[in-house]
Amino acid sequence: MLKLETRPSPSRAMSLASPLLALAITVVIGTVLFVLLGKDPLRGLEVFFVEPVKSVYALTELAVKATPLILIGLGLALCFRSNVWNIGAEGQFIVGAIFASGVAMQADASTGRWIVVVVIVAGAVGGMAWAGIVAFLRDRFNANEILVSLMLVYVADQLLGYLVYGPWKDPAGYNFPQTITFLKATQIPKLFTGYRVNIGLLLALAAVGAFWLLLFRTYAGFQLQVGGLAPAAARYAGFSSRKALWLALLLSGGMAGLAGGLEVAGPLGQLTPHVPAGYGFAAIIVAFVGRLHPVGVVFSAILMSMFYIGGELAQSRLGLPKSLTGVFQGLLLFTLLACDTLIVYRLRWKPAHAAKPTPVLKPKEGV
Amino acid sequence: MDAFALLIAATLNAGTVLAFAALGLLINERAGIVNLGAEGMMLVAAVAGYATAVHSGNDWLALAAGAAAGALMAAAFGLLVIWLNTNQYASGLALSLFGAGFSAFVGLPYTQEKLGERASYRIPGLADIPLVGPALFRQHPMVYAAIALTIALAWFLYRSRAGLVLRAVGESPESAHALGYSVRRIRLAAVMVGGALCGISGAYISVVYTPFWVEGMVAGKGWIALALTTFATWRPARVLLGAYLFGGVTMLQFQLQGEGVQIPSQFLTMMPYLATILVLVLISRNPNFIRVNMPASIGKPFFPGS
Amino acid sequence: MTLTKRTWIQLAGWGSLAAAAALVGCSKKEETTTVATAPAASAAPAAPAPAASGPLKIAFAYVGPVGDGGWTYAHDRGRLAMQKELGDKVQTSFVEKVPEAADAERVFRDMVSQGNTLIFGTTFGYMEPMLKVANDNPSVKFEHATGYKTAANMRTYDTRTYEGAYMAGVVAGGMTKSNVLGVVGSIPIPEVIRNINSFTLGAQSVNPNVKTRVVWVNEWFNPPKETEAAQSLINGGADVLMQNTDSPAVLQTAEKAGKLAFGWDSDMTAYGPKAHLASSQINWGPYYIKAAKEALDGTWTGGGNTWWGVKEGAIDLVSVSDKVPADLKAKLDAARNGLKDGSLVIWKGPITGNDGKEVLPAGKAADDDFLRGIKFYVKGVEGTIPGGGK
Repeated sequence: MLKLETRPSPSRAMSLASPLLALAITVVIGTVLFVLLGKDPLRGLEVFFVEPVKSVYALTELAVKATPLILIGLGLALCFRSNVWNIGAEGQFIVGAIFASGVAMQADASTGRWIVVVVIVAGAVGGMAWAGIVAFLRDRFNANEILVSLMLVYVADQLLGYLVYGPWKDPAGYNFPQTITFLKATQIPKLFTGYRVNIGLLLALAAVGAFWLLLFRTYAGFQLQVGGLAPAAARYAGFSSRKALWLALLLSGGMAGLAGGLEVAGPLGQLTPHVPAGYGFAAIIVAFVGRLHPVGVVFSAILMSMFYIGGELAQSRLGLPKSLTGVFQGLLLFTLLACDTLIVYRLRWKPAHAAKPTPVLKPKEGV
Repeated sequence: MDAFALLIAATLNAGTVLAFAALGLLINERAGIVNLGAEGMMLVAAVAGYATAVHSGNDWLALAAGAAAGALMAAAFGLLVIWLNTNQYASGLALSLFGAGFSAFVGLPYTQEKLGERASYRIPGLADIPLVGPALFRQHPMVYAAIALTIALAWFLYRSRAGLVLRAVGESPESAHALGYSVRRIRLAAVMVGGALCGISGAYISVVYTPFWVEGMVAGKGWIALALTTFATWRPARVLLGAYLFGGVTMLQFQLQGEGVQIPSQFLTMMPYLATILVLVLISRNPNFIRVNMPASIGKPFFPGS
Repeated sequence: MTLTKRTWIQLAGWGSLAAAAALVGCSKKEETTTVATAPAASAAPAAPAPAASGPLKIAFAYVGPVGDGGWTYAHDRGRLAMQKELGDKVQTSFVEKVPEAADAERVFRDMVSQGNTLIFGTTFGYMEPMLKVANDNPSVKFEHATGYKTAANMRTYDTRTYEGAYMAGVVAGGMTKSNVLGVVGSIPIPEVIRNINSFTLGAQSVNPNVKTRVVWVNEWFNPPKETEAAQSLINGGADVLMQNTDSPAVLQTAEKAGKLAFGWDSDMTAYGPKAHLASSQINWGPYYIKAAKEALDGTWTGGGNTWWGVKEGAIDLVSVSDKVPADLKAKLDAARNGLKDGSLVIWKGPITGNDGKEVLPAGKAADDDFLRGIKFYVKGVEGTIPGGGK
């Protein structure tokens, strides 16, 4: 029968192949689903994997969707590598959007383009502040960061609701819960006219490089990784786990907040109750599927975006339900975790009832 | 005062949902496993229970179906985490995310379905006592079952041999293994029972609490249940009380709105979540307190023989 | 450097996957041949050429699931009525659960690229995305429900749901025994506040002693929350419930508690046969047929607003239960006929706000602009509007 046997050392080949294998399994299950639903599976796969990259417009839409995923995914990858489990990136995203909107709403007709910088920075600051609460409570009171960050997501959501239904509501908006549409000066500059992709994409790509440098070329990054892989060794070496905690949370919160600010000052152009789009949770999958590596995060973000857009297109082109997107994403993470075991273990075919050779004990001389 | 009695009744009902899930998670965590997939399990169980109720017309069958669905998902999680030693937090998250999408997908044909007439329950005699009657004795049997479960679980954990073994596995799996107990099998059993209870909670939501299926209808209750176990320092009776507390806060929020209280409704809705954070802070403050109460091997993988 | 190598291997792996996918894609035939797949990069995009001889392609964007038994279900019924009436001349499609957020823009653009020349957006939150896409595609017609921004190729439409609410109020006022009515509100926008007010005015017309209490769930569709909200209203003494949310949860809660309630947007009798008094049902069919016909014969013009009510057959109180006694039914019929022939004007002074200030002097009838901006509760409704009715 098949048995799992520990490898002598973790297999590097498998750690690269695992996401691909997981994707392959997900695709196979997806094909089965399509057939069960009575749809042409090839057409289904085409809608999910080909349509989103078929034209320039489609590619720009893919970039628009992938940008927040990359940004948040980078932060989370760093966080998870440090063994800090920030599940509340969605809340940090929302608060970043709130801060960015607050700044954007201060603009008037005479404000120059420089305000865009302030808006973006404000977004990052907002996310950092929200994650800072988590860090503080963990640092000072030992409160579990998973639960605190998660509860804060709900709190952030309610805070957003309060602001757009109350003090920040557009007075000319017929009492609808939304802020004013931000003035043109505050809007994130687009990369090409006619398409929605904006400089956020450039920021994301720059961040990929920055995070790679931080993680793999700086002492601080080294400390973070050791702290995550072998906490006892880190303590012995004198690495401060407190510093790691704060750095990880502030960075990931800042990235999530940045993504929120870009989203609200970019494609949306105003703050509405619908700003929370689930990016904070999807980014968790992005981080894992990307092997917690900055470059991997880019590819997995693109893949996740294809799932999102493909799911939308599957609805309008094939009449498939929207929830398929969620199924694929969850399935991908699940299969990835399963395939990851093959990095540490390998499958061996062992005949059942094989007699174990008993070592012959030789009496030691001179004992 | 009648309104107060009805508020109590609503609190008991709302708390029961959380109680079942939290007690299930308690069993998990006592064995040393954190299952973040509670939300996903509850959702899949909700749709399984609802579908069963639609096709069979039998509520009890529906609850059983929910339990089975929860146990099944928990088993998949358990295999990953106990035998393959994958990261517990990531695996639980994957379960949650998958459960959310899968339940929405499977539940599509059921969004327009209606269940038959819902029975209302009352304990004859007791239900007519003024004030106390409407508050306590007109509940669905599962509300009383939750209380019975709490008592049974407390007895099991602290007065039975099997419970002792379970706690031992949670405190020090290496010692339990050395004593000859099959740690992995015990953990799997705990995970599956916990999953079944989460499943009952999920099915209760879709079949009794809000007899309707819509995607995402668990609306975060799975995550609150997770917080509850920590909030209650892993003791069954405290879990039940905590569940009622949270259920009550949710109902209170609407009550206050209806009475014209001026606080913006969003701050009222925030209350349960802020309360959870507050309690987490309070109990985590003293590391000794936590160490005494928290099962020591929570979240850590176990490798027999190595 | 091992890390660089790993990165290159990953790149190669993904690259080959993408290349394989591209090969698969290139070998498939193009789906739709009539229109361009993307707006051009220049400011004046190429407009999709309308298919000269084929049916008119019409697309609908829904905010909720078609199976919600409420708002979206009503829209889909209207779409099906239009399809039935116009047969081969039209080809309809829909996308459901389109969020009221940035993603909506992509859905509308995709609808345009699929060759649809008449597009309906069925919720307020689509206003900005539709406007953007409308500006980029001048030859496509856009219809936005419940909004207020228009363009040369975009107009708005709505139904006078408050007339349905008024009629429900007439029934409620006569059926309540506790004189406390409960409303589960969705989002505190003028449309919903207007409905709550009209419901109260209708009830007061047969029973001046009623009070209305409101609880807000801050969402259009959330059955568990709606259940809890309804329960708290019942706990507070309400025995007849009304809703402005999109699911039958409120009716079901009333059924469980032995109270009475109404269906909203669609006929919800089946969800709570014992509690159901009547359903305020929106009938989008007549408007959709009109809009499609105008698009077909070329008389469609943008920029306006259509607001139909009982008179045009867009809304009615249906499935009135036998529990309603004959004399109350007669009053209801009188109200309905009055709305049909215009003799009954719901919003005619004297109307006082619940803060005591007069909002409409005696004899004055409110115009549509007044109705659109309602931010106050009438006398008899308890509490204040969240977010402060300024």
